[in-house]
Amino acid sequence: MTITEATPPHHSTSPFPKVREKMGRRFAYGFLILSIAPILVGYSWLVIATFSIRTEGLLPRNAEGGIGGFTLSNWAFITDDAVWNAMLNSFLIAVTMVIGVGVASTAGGYALSRMKFAGRKVFLTGTLVLHAFKAEMLLIAIFFVLRWLGGIPLIGGFIGFNSVGGVALVMIALELPLGIWLMKGFFDNLPWDMERAALIDGASRFRVWWQIMLPQVRPGLAALSLFTFISGWNAYLVPFTFTVGTRVANMPVFLSQLISDTAPTNWNLVAAVGMFQMIPLIIFFIFTQELLLNIYAGGSKGT
Amino acid sequence: MTQPLEKEAQAGAAAGTSGVPRRTLLRRVRSTATAYGFLVPTMALVLTFFVIPGILLLILSFTNLASVNFGDPWNFIGFANFERLFTDRFFPKILRNTVFYVFTTLILFNLGLALVLAIVTTNIPRRAGFFFRLVWLLPRLTPSVVYILMWRRIGQAEPYGIYNQLFPEFLGASGGNLFLGGSPWTFVILTNGFVGASFGMIIFTSALLSIPEDLLTAAKVDGASAWRIIRDIKLPLIKWPLLFIATYQTLSLLTSFEYILLLTEGGPGLFTTEVWALTAYKRAFATYAGNSQWAFGATWAIVLVTVALFFAVIYVKLFKFDELVEEPRIDNL
Repeated sequence: MTITEATPPHHSTSPFPKVREKMGRRFAYGFLILSIAPILVGYSWLVIATFSIRTEGLLPRNAEGGIGGFTLSNWAFITDDAVWNAMLNSFLIAVTMVIGVGVASTAGGYALSRMKFAGRKVFLTGTLVLHAFKAEMLLIAIFFVLRWLGGIPLIGGFIGFNSVGGVALVMIALELPLGIWLMKGFFDNLPWDMERAALIDGASRFRVWWQIMLPQVRPGLAALSLFTFISGWNAYLVPFTFTVGTRVANMPVFLSQLISDTAPTNWNLVAAVGMFQMIPLIIFFIFTQELLLNIYAGGSKGT
Repeated sequence: MTQPLEKEAQAGAAAGTSGVPRRTLLRRVRSTATAYGFLVPTMALVLTFFVIPGILLLILSFTNLASVNFGDPWNFIGFANFERLFTDRFFPKILRNTVFYVFTTLILFNLGLALVLAIVTTNIPRRAGFFFRLVWLLPRLTPSVVYILMWRRIGQAEPYGIYNQLFPEFLGASGGNLFLGGSPWTFVILTNGFVGASFGMIIFTSALLSIPEDLLTAAKVDGASAWRIIRDIKLPLIKWPLLFIATYQTLSLLTSFEYILLLTEGGPGLFTTEVWALTAYKRAFATYAGNSQWAFGATWAIVLVTVALFFAVIYVKLFKFDELVEEPRIDNL
């Protein structure tokens, strides 16, 4: 007791620990600022380029080569139908994913968290292996599966190769292991008294899940939905691989088409389209900070 | 509080059902059926996009299917693809690239920098730490195409490149393109590392913050230096998250290629930054003289899938997941 009072860390009478602490803190901030410098530089360029005729490094240049040249002309694409088509595709992919991942993970997570059945262990381990295992390697084979799905009468056109639905389905499957794992964790943390009472009263499992459990996991579902939306909105590899042309291109694919065209690239236009694509993400970033930083931490609690 | 209740309920259930085994069986079948009902969407998706593609990939690797003979019946050619793979002139280079890429990125960024960031941001005022972690999360949230666009701009040749403008004669900057010239690997590792580090950072931060405060205070009172507190108290206490990130990220890096595809496409020149996963993808989807070699791409993929599955199984074993597979608390009322 007396010892702790004699040397409390922040009321030290000796100047040296204080100096050392101050030095340490300066060093820490210096390191952190240095570490985020490339990120800040990258974003600064994006914003600057969006509003200039051309850029050299981080400097906007006007026609004479001096500094300046502010323009809004890069944003003229706003009136282009192709952009809005890509935006719509991005949105459809993201929303379909939120719904699909949400339904499958809350249902599957509930069963794995609350029910005892033959094969449960296989399911849990399987989900975990899939969660660890990156599915990008299966794209070659998924290509054939999608072509086959596309051959199904009536619905084939909506879920096959080169369709928004097909891309969304593949993306749902890729996100599912993480989703189930997170939702199972959220269900595990819920008290079971209410659920038990309802079951004793004769409610069906489905009703219990829908009316009692779902309202309680709403925060977890919100976090999962947020992340699913972002990964759907940003999806590049899957739509790039499984779509052809501009009709079904989403925003990232549309953007990459602007770059890979054989004609010289207008980088400032590319920057503006990239910026445009990031608007929803910036909104999420500003308003859901805590959620963004905590989902991974929450999801890995079980491990 | 719930503990005795739970036990009582279990005892009651056991006593009530032991006398009527047939009803128990029926009940068990019914409850399994209900559980599978909840799992229908999951099973359909896993079957369609994991199980069937996995089997298909294996079958494909024994054929010579390509876009030129698409439509013909599949022609099985035995282990020819595997032979071709292991005798490929660039096989040693691709293998070396993959090992170099995975472990350099893992050690420097996904594990190393992630740990440093977590320790540093938890040792400064809470709000400041939160701010820096949030900025570090940005690359992960940025669409990959836009993210790589920024890095390409940083590494571009004069007069457009940002690095060349800021440091005209410093650290290898010669005015030329950096990611397709002077230092492609630096850029490949930086682009991947800046995304990869944030995952570990978040996990380590929450692990560090859950270390009991009195433990650290006691060490400080005993006169332990900051370095010793980190080495002897903090690191041993976050051993499991460290191991988890190490295995998990090894797997992620091993099979990821999106940023490399967007940044260098495996170039400059022949296979300079090409990793295994990218080779598999390019063989199957990038056309060589108008021909997509699906089967050969599948062969590269199936070898990598096998390695990845091996790692995944180790990771499941390593983290003692039987603890998570414990029996559910509610069942059979």
